[in-house]
Amino acid sequence: MTGLFSEVFLGALLFGAITASVPLLLAGLGEQMSEKAGVLNIGIEGMMIFGAYTGFVAAYYSESLWLGFLAGAVGGMVVAAIMALLCVRLGLNQIVIGIGLTLGFEGLTALLHHFQFSRTYPRLPAAQATVIPLLSDIPVLGPALFRHHLLVYLAVLAVLVMGYIYRRTQFGLNLQAAGDKPAALDVAGVDVVRTRSIAVFTTGALAGLGGAYLANVGAGIFVPFITNGAGFLGVVLAMLARGRPSWVLFGALVFGLCLSLTTAMQVAGINMPTDVIQMIPFLAVMGMLLAFGRKSSLPAALGIPYERGAR
Amino acid sequence: MSQASREIPAAGPPIVELEGVTKRFPGVTANDSVSLAIRPGEVHVLLGENGAGKSTLIGMLSGLQQPDEGRIKVDGQPVVIRSPRHALSLGIGTVFQHAMLVPTLTVAENLLLGGPWWQRPRKDALRAEVDALAGSLGMKVDLDSIAAELSLGEQQQVEILRALLRNSRILILDESTSMLTPAGIEELGGLMRRLVERGLAIVFITHKLREAARFGDRITVLKLGRKVGEVAPDRFRSLDEDALIADVVEMMFGRRSGDPEETARQTHVVEAGARPLLSVKNLRLKPGATSPGLQSISFDLHAGELLGIAGIDGNGQKQLAEVLAGQIASEGGSVLLDGAPVERLSVGARRDAGLRYLSDDRLGEGTVGSFPITLNLLLKQIGQPPYWRGGFERNSEIERHAVEKIRDYDVRTPSERTPIGRLSGGNIQKVLLARELADGAKVVIFNKPTYGLDLANTLATRDRIREIAARGKGVLLISTDLEELLQLCDRIAVMAGGALVGTVENEPGARAQVGRLMIGVAA
Repeated sequence: MTGLFSEVFLGALLFGAITASVPLLLAGLGEQMSEKAGVLNIGIEGMMIFGAYTGFVAAYYSESLWLGFLAGAVGGMVVAAIMALLCVRLGLNQIVIGIGLTLGFEGLTALLHHFQFSRTYPRLPAAQATVIPLLSDIPVLGPALFRHHLLVYLAVLAVLVMGYIYRRTQFGLNLQAAGDKPAALDVAGVDVVRTRSIAVFTTGALAGLGGAYLANVGAGIFVPFITNGAGFLGVVLAMLARGRPSWVLFGALVFGLCLSLTTAMQVAGINMPTDVIQMIPFLAVMGMLLAFGRKSSLPAALGIPYERGAR
Repeated sequence: MSQASREIPAAGPPIVELEGVTKRFPGVTANDSVSLAIRPGEVHVLLGENGAGKSTLIGMLSGLQQPDEGRIKVDGQPVVIRSPRHALSLGIGTVFQHAMLVPTLTVAENLLLGGPWWQRPRKDALRAEVDALAGSLGMKVDLDSIAAELSLGEQQQVEILRALLRNSRILILDESTSMLTPAGIEELGGLMRRLVERGLAIVFITHKLREAARFGDRITVLKLGRKVGEVAPDRFRSLDEDALIADVVEMMFGRRSGDPEETARQTHVVEAGARPLLSVKNLRLKPGATSPGLQSISFDLHAGELLGIAGIDGNGQKQLAEVLAGQIASEGGSVLLDGAPVERLSVGARRDAGLRYLSDDRLGEGTVGSFPITLNLLLKQIGQPPYWRGGFERNSEIERHAVEKIRDYDVRTPSERTPIGRLSGGNIQKVLLARELADGAKVVIFNKPTYGLDLANTLATRDRIREIAARGKGVLLISTDLEELLQLCDRIAVMAGGALVGTVENEPGARAQVGRLMIGVAA
């Protein structure tokens, strides 16, 4: 127990929290955009795991992490394209298709992994961290917060970008209208299907990127079901955040800390069953839902396909 | 964008022409070979009852639907209006019956919707444009309020403004007066006049004859999807209002008559000292977020009496009805039904005691849309004999009951098994009446009973309400339609801000008195 509050332990805990929260942050930001536009994107888990797979494969063969991230984003968008076609353009049920995509791509990536890597289990070399000068010299906090891969800082930057899009741009207005009253957007002369499709594609790209980070930087390896519900946690984050990107960041950090805690507690050899420790992040989800869930307000047309002139 | 008033000579060549336009939906022909021309400088009234095909026509003009046959010409050129965006670019702006503003956005943001997506919304430029345009038309628009907080009339003004900002040459107003107060209707009429003077064409859709006669230049009458007549501007001007209405009524019904909404009213005299059927004392309810609550409401309703509750929508009328029906718990006061207190009883117990409530939300809380008529007729008696025995449905009893009610109340339906959601508003209302008047009704509360019904069904419903009172039941009629109250009621109580601000005997002069109470002039 003495090791629990040592500097090393705290540093590792915080470092792990950041690493664990980045995929959640990206997934949450992506889901938030879909939901703003009125699409409940349950398929995000499928987008994430396919992004993790394509990202890992690309990074493994090209030996470039950035190509891996690009491939991850593209992989997520491939799944998003199916979602956009079936749910936005054809108006099928978003929950059913979302679950289908998640299960389908979990299975597909597990199968591909079995044929390609199940004998070798190849690993990627540890990712190169971008060390921020001065800040990284702060004791404990410095190494934990400011010695990460460049993508981590970009993900935090994405929070600001999203906030700007929602509050300051025409596209942000269109998104909100598509989610709250799509018919009004349509008669104002904006294509609802296109607006929602763009949102779903963006979700796919962000979720795929998050998946690729999870596999390439977080774990350094792809294994079946590696996302382990991170996409669904993204859905929870988006719902709790009430349209604010900064709240997604906050929520992602809380969950990331819980995830990191499970690892850290096991490493520290705390005398508690592993199963109980692994429950912590999900208990945190329930706790946050209890605390904030009641006040969450969702777009009025969330989950309802738009059909022009329907009466 | 600020030069919304392009110079167009009044009554010039048509901007838009429809030639033999036909639109079919499964089972119905919504428009059957309709031809008409829309000219600048004219208020063109499209008049017709529910289901006459007005909305479909608008849908095709605004790019929501495509005609199956016939063609639409804009400036003499045949075009296919592909989308709302395309309609806007052709200069056709539409204000739909149901508000088309995003409730969570501000007025400014709503007006900016549809701008180029790569641009930042240009609020300052918008503000200048809106000030110039709204000022010259005498409209008041607050760009910074949230759309959901505006009244329906204000929302409509924003939508008209939006159409003008987009340089519309034609402004289509779909049933725009149906949700407005009398003052709001007058205001809209004045605005329409100022707009056509600037050379705009206005298509004004309504099913109210008086409005058509007051505000129009030209009237086209639609009936069951067909155009059955047109009154051109010169003829329009040569007739006085009553002659014009008689003319149009003949087109619509094929018979000449006065105002079909006008009927003789027989007053009911309450015997002095008779015990009231419903006695309400000091009924109170706390104000809610969107309602004013109830402030110590007291009134008596006698057998055979028709008491009206007038007032502008949202002044606590619905809360009063729901508190009386038991759907909301009151915070004090007493309700005596035939001398017995009912204020602590449940909804079901009050119904059993003879207190019946017909909601204005016919499909939402009145019926279950996907259930057949048979079950909707028994919705409040599920599980009770003789229709259920030992927990099992007895189909023959249920169906016999339904067939009887459908006959008695003249419900027009393919069969008693038809889901009620497929019926028209008038027929749903008949089913509700059949259900609520059954088995020992004593007091019936109506909330806006003719809202959204066409003329024929409105008249039938009013006859039915009169008949209920004539049979010695007490009727509480909540309505925002002053004409309706003046025709039907013995007394009219006026509600404002959750309180009854006065009760007026329905005698000559009642109209002015009620009107003053409604707007708070006379206390």
